[in-house]
Amino acid sequence: MAFIDYYKILGVEKTASEKEIKNAYRKLARKHHPDLNPNDAEANKKFQQLNEANEVLSDPEKRKKYDKYGENWQHGEAYEQQARQQQSRPQGGFGGAQEFESYEDFGGGGDFSDFFQSMFGGAGGGGRSTRQARYRGQDFNAELRLTLLEASETHKQTLTVNSKQIRITIPGGVENGQTIKIAGHGGPGTNGGPAGDLFITFSIADDPKFKRLGSDLYANVKLDLYTAVLGGDITVDTLTGKVKLKVAPGTQNNTKVKLKGKGFPVYKKAGEFGDLYLTYDVQLPTNLTDKQKELFTELSKS
Amino acid sequence: MATATLISTQDFCTWHQVEYIFIASLHDAGLVEITVIDQAEYIPETELQKLERMTRLHHDLDINIAGIEAITHLLERVEGIQEEMRTLKNRLRRYEDD
Repeated sequence: MAFIDYYKILGVEKTASEKEIKNAYRKLARKHHPDLNPNDAEANKKFQQLNEANEVLSDPEKRKKYDKYGENWQHGEAYEQQARQQQSRPQGGFGGAQEFESYEDFGGGGDFSDFFQSMFGGAGGGGRSTRQARYRGQDFNAELRLTLLEASETHKQTLTVNSKQIRITIPGGVENGQTIKIAGHGGPGTNGGPAGDLFITFSIADDPKFKRLGSDLYANVKLDLYTAVLGGDITVDTLTGKVKLKVAPGTQNNTKVKLKGKGFPVYKKAGEFGDLYLTYDVQLPTNLTDKQKELFTELSKS
Repeated sequence: MATATLISTQDFCTWHQVEYIFIASLHDAGLVEITVIDQAEYIPETELQKLERMTRLHHDLDINIAGIEAITHLLERVEGIQEEMRTLKNRLRRYEDD
């Protein structure tokens, strides 16, 4: 667990006044507030750091404790014990030990670092200046990784969200980066308020065979020179299995073929599918024998 | 028939420690919907998320109604642009390593 420099986070000097700290926090909070940065995890993290720094530096008691131990915070408890022992012994006229600060005094909730919790105990303060106004429960965000094949089929999945199991149906045809809302599965409301929602964002991995654009799929098919020149039958992969295809004689390299209805399912439109576009990649023969070279030479003269 | 859940403006104000005038001003600016039943005012549950966001902006960041109005419009644009960017990124994936 590393030491966190709260002064650095707020960009203020260690000697900064309460007003300077407040102003620095306000200025940075306006930049990184989650309500002003939708779908930005980085800004959200930054805002939590700002909140934590403000929580400590705007509270004289916490700031005093933080300043007192600084980077030696891990030995704070030992220092306190030593101080208490010294206080109980006759001090020979010198000033008494520091006043003991309870580690349990700072209540509240929120997302605070291990460093904060270790130094101040509990889950941190609710934040005097960062009151989270919520009647409706908090929204939860989750990411679900799917393969292209999984995204093409309507299927059920069980997710564990905050130790609760939720069974959801994922409609075939969801897009990469698409977010669906599961109403009422977020945090519980307060004072009888409604629960928040659960937002699931899909992350669909690249497929080695197929590229997707909306409901259409694209793939390259290797075609030997002889089939391209003379025509013939080939077998190609689609998302749902193999299909036989006739290749016309004299097929050029990069020729595109459309297989209607062999693409991706259209989101929330049962029975509708996009198309599969195949691009022929004609392979020229290599390592020719002398005989083959002769034949090609003959061909070139004909 | 679908039933809408309504939250009384009074309850909302008490819970969030905001003045009624704050909600009324947001309503006047067309930023929040208020339903009146038997002379009592209610906020539809569907508006709650938006209203709580505006309340946080007001309280946490000292932003006034005009600022909230501007932010709301800009956020709508940001969300639209983010959606467009997502679509374009997915289109771009089609041409990568081709």
